[in-house]
Amino acid sequence: MDALILQLLNGLDKGGAYALIALGLTLVFGTLGVVNFAHGAIFMIGAFCAVTLRKILTISTQVRDESITLFEAYKEVPILEAKYPVVGSIIVDYSVPLAIIAAIPVMLALGLLMERGLIRHFYKRPHADQILVTFGLAIICQEIIRHYFGANPIPQAAPAIVAGSANIGAFLGLGDNVVYPWWRLIYLLFSFIVIAGVFAFLQFTTFGMVVRAGMQDREMVGLLGIDIQRRFTIVFGLASVVAGLAGVMYTPILPPDYHMGMDFLVLSFVVVVVGGMGSLGGAVLAGFLLGILQSFASMNEIKSIVPGIDQIIIYLVAVVVLLVRPRGLMGRKGVMED
Amino acid sequence: MSKKIITNVWSRRDVLKASAATTAITGAPLFFSRHAYGADFLNNPGDSGVVTLGFNVPQSGAYADEGADELRAYKLAVKHLNGEGDGGMMNTMQPSELKGNGILGKKVEYVTGDTQTKSDAARASAKRMIEKDGVVMVTGGSSSGVAVAVQGLCQDAGIIFMAGLTHSNDTTGKDKKANGFRHFFNAYMSGAALGPVLEKNYGNDRRAYHLTADYTWGWTQEESIIASTEAIGWTTVEKVKTPVGAGDFSQYITPVLNSGADTLILNHYGKDMINSLTQAIQFGLKDKQVNGKNFEIVVPLYSRLMAQGAGENVKGIFGSTNWHWSLSDAGSQAFVKSFGQEYGFPPSQAAHTCYVQTLLYADACERAGTFEPCEVVSALEGHKFDGLGNGPTEYRAGDHQCFKDVLVVKGKENPSSQFDLLEVVEVTPRAQVEYPVDHPMFAGGDLGTCNNGA
Amino acid sequence: MTKSSATSDWVLFIAFAAAVLTMPIWLAPFGANYPDLMQKFAIFGVFAIGFNILFGLTGYLSFGHAAFLGVGSYTAVWSFKLLTMNVLPAVLFSIVVAGLFAFLIGFISLRRSGIYFSILTLAFAQMSYNLAYSVLTPITNGETGLQLSLSDARVLDAMAGISTGRSLPSTSLFGVKMSGLPGFYFCAVVLIIGFFIALRITRSPFGTMLRGIKSNQTRMSYTGLNTRPYLIWAFVISGMYAGLAGSLLAVTDPLAGAERMQWTASGEVVLMTILGGAGTLLGPVLGAALIKYFENIFSAFNQGTLNQIFDALPDGLQNIVVEVVSLFVGDGWHLTLGLLFMITVIFLPGGIMEGMRRIGGLFTRKKPQPTSSSTTAVVDPS
Repeated sequence: MDALILQLLNGLDKGGAYALIALGLTLVFGTLGVVNFAHGAIFMIGAFCAVTLRKILTISTQVRDESITLFEAYKEVPILEAKYPVVGSIIVDYSVPLAIIAAIPVMLALGLLMERGLIRHFYKRPHADQILVTFGLAIICQEIIRHYFGANPIPQAAPAIVAGSANIGAFLGLGDNVVYPWWRLIYLLFSFIVIAGVFAFLQFTTFGMVVRAGMQDREMVGLLGIDIQRRFTIVFGLASVVAGLAGVMYTPILPPDYHMGMDFLVLSFVVVVVGGMGSLGGAVLAGFLLGILQSFASMNEIKSIVPGIDQIIIYLVAVVVLLVRPRGLMGRKGVMED
Repeated sequence: MSKKIITNVWSRRDVLKASAATTAITGAPLFFSRHAYGADFLNNPGDSGVVTLGFNVPQSGAYADEGADELRAYKLAVKHLNGEGDGGMMNTMQPSELKGNGILGKKVEYVTGDTQTKSDAARASAKRMIEKDGVVMVTGGSSSGVAVAVQGLCQDAGIIFMAGLTHSNDTTGKDKKANGFRHFFNAYMSGAALGPVLEKNYGNDRRAYHLTADYTWGWTQEESIIASTEAIGWTTVEKVKTPVGAGDFSQYITPVLNSGADTLILNHYGKDMINSLTQAIQFGLKDKQVNGKNFEIVVPLYSRLMAQGAGENVKGIFGSTNWHWSLSDAGSQAFVKSFGQEYGFPPSQAAHTCYVQTLLYADACERAGTFEPCEVVSALEGHKFDGLGNGPTEYRAGDHQCFKDVLVVKGKENPSSQFDLLEVVEVTPRAQVEYPVDHPMFAGGDLGTCNNGA
Repeated sequence: MTKSSATSDWVLFIAFAAAVLTMPIWLAPFGANYPDLMQKFAIFGVFAIGFNILFGLTGYLSFGHAAFLGVGSYTAVWSFKLLTMNVLPAVLFSIVVAGLFAFLIGFISLRRSGIYFSILTLAFAQMSYNLAYSVLTPITNGETGLQLSLSDARVLDAMAGISTGRSLPSTSLFGVKMSGLPGFYFCAVVLIIGFFIALRITRSPFGTMLRGIKSNQTRMSYTGLNTRPYLIWAFVISGMYAGLAGSLLAVTDPLAGAERMQWTASGEVVLMTILGGAGTLLGPVLGAALIKYFENIFSAFNQGTLNQIFDALPDGLQNIVVEVVSLFVGDGWHLTLGLLFMITVIFLPGGIMEGMRRIGGLFTRKKPQPTSSSTTAVVDPS
């Protein structure tokens, strides 16, 4: 029972990450009809917003370390901490949450720039061309990051106050072994909030209504005299903000490196398609479903019956879902089927 | 340099191979006459004033930083061999025939390639070096799969392979080759060295839970560590295989909480190790009390670059390593000094093993008096040396594995700089980590005969 | 080339064959005339030609073709281990096994179309890769890759009394060793045959049918025609090409690694085909060669070689040029590849072949054809 609760939490946590990335991907699919292979790179750049912010906050003066004589070694002392010992170290400690604030404008600007500068010229182009150009863009983003940050993962600590684990067991009246890291719980909560926010935005604002209408029938909305193009640009910006924030929040769980976007890319495509093309709800549902199934498939009890099942479960589920439901869980007819 | 016409070499191959085989059978008496006629071998530099070495390292992918450090070491070694710089470990190496005038009087040049940490790409890159650039030796690599693949290629082609960072038992066990040599230590040695230290620090009554990267290296390490921990009385609660590159390991870590285990052993390397360790700490494993003991985590294979990626989380965690820059022997000091002066930071263990391998190869050529692979092989086999940072060391003839002391290290509690993350807690003597050539964990391989490739 | 006559096809074929066979000569100035790279050109040419039969003609984008490449390699190496070092049985077995595997996957995946089809093929390939890397290690030797060993059975060779003593045997074609240049010529001949078959398929009624499926499958179905058998055939044929390419990889270098089946490998052949020009006959071969050239040559430049190249420049300038160029070569070769993808697709929709046609159009003073001819990539916009 304890184990099941923990695996459920693991699954939800993973699902939250999948859902956030897939949400942006399917928004772009659904509205712009663009297969965006650079979406993983956007997630990665988001994570590096956090890395950069911490780097800036901890810009250090170098003090010669006299204890090392073989070569010149320096001790690094962050200027911020040196000047304002108390406030400075608190700010550094909270660099990840602070990075969320910093990342929103950065990711929005990046998204708008990408859409205006590149993606918009590819609306009418074949999917093959879209794949090639966005894949090229993703490689370039990766290489730039690698040039400045190296290939090794760069650890990012969560604020000290949430570094430990929550004793959920005691809270629920279960055993003492049901503990879960605070940061992962925060991540879960965060993903719920962002998902709810995106849905509310699309559901309850006029802007969102137009976008949804555009997803259904782009030409019709255009004929009504609405500048759907402009709105789609903003949607692209929104998608990259969502992916970027997911990246920022994920850094304490997974030390970011330049390749993390590629690692998530294929998985998020699977999530989007299992959810059904053009369906936001489907993407979220599929994200959580696959996350939870993956967690349960990794349990020793199940692995001992079907060895290696944890390695293929996601793809296996994808195959089964697509064979049983031709357009994924909640897909609509005619989207990306040609 | 690259204008060599390859057709000749390849079409003559069979004839010359046959002659090489005859020589091997008839043995020593022909030895001198062969030299008199100028025995041929693949990529013989002949009368040319330069000799080319191939440095095949990961330049992209997860181990790119490690590869970059290996390349730095290789460049430094070439510099020293050519008599530039301060000579580094050439001054401390015992015995040494190196004169600082290149190898056998020929200036050392090098070509580089990207293994991408994929067997196919690594072999393509090594083939380019052999076929196009005419190298006499290929070295490098940062994973065992690549090392085994390239070693096999060099054996077939007929040049020497000096392995870089590869820790799997198989490299000098079931996949050993006559043309391949490994200076780095292996999983068995990690286990043998860690056992006593773990016993001393954590006692005889521990219940260990293994998370193991699901591929050959992970399995050999798991096997080795289980053997040595069970020998000190520990029990193994569970062995769980995790997919390579899983990223989030939470679904494998939470079962540890309820398993009754009090020690977690992470048979992971590189990014997997960084992620699994970071996440295990996040789940509060280090703060737990099980069976009245503090819960402990062990990472059998450590590297400083990995420790940097895992940050604070390595504190107090035991592991083993081939070499560490804080060692105080003359060889290590000389190497750290010249590396530090050249690049501004200390070398990693990957850099160390690569540098040493290059020097050992060059010295073997000097002693053999030729670049001919089979002669170099004989010069390296059973060679005993010292002053290269690991104390007295021997290249065992039976499996081409170096035998030397192994370092047991621990994540430092109060690091003074970003490089000062590990402290050496024990230097396990060679006798304790040695095993017979036909040890079951290394069985099933055959060196075969050396190949001159011509 | 819409009204291509049999003659112009023969001209194309002969020119192609001549160009492939003379590679060792005309590749010399590019530093690419060494056996391994030329073998790779030919092998990945075969792979891309086969992929193009499915993607270029029918528009079905498979993201899992590397699985067939991997299966082909494993089959070939097993044939070397168990039967004989002769390459012909290995090649034949690989084609057959990859074909069967493709039939199985194609039969299921082709129940869907569009991106759903792509993800199904991706899922199958990733499952194959993950299992080959871990659980199936007894068959695939996992991460290290399946290799020859001294203790292999090699039944047929043993019966023929061939023994190699304590060194590993080499792959051979009736005594001719398949490494180095002979290996390249073997691959080259296979590539030329593969090209010829692809040419015949493209010009056949079957090819026309496939193109019909691409331009409008619904209409095809309305005429009462069941398109599925055609699609399955196209899928199986292109899977057999992939298996053939996989076997050639093993022929020239008897080792089969699991990463050959990874999605990145599937993605690579997609990129090769699009880069060269999907739907064209020559394009995929060019795309394959270009990507392999970058991977093998650009990654090998280091500061030393760059300094040699730019030695003629004055010192200060030389340093600057070397600094700038070194960003794009050596460990930066991925960056160049990324730029190449973007530049090609932005300026040359339809890939390299489109660019060549434009250049050709300049010389013959004809306006370049709009991208509507049957041989260029037209995937219907969504």
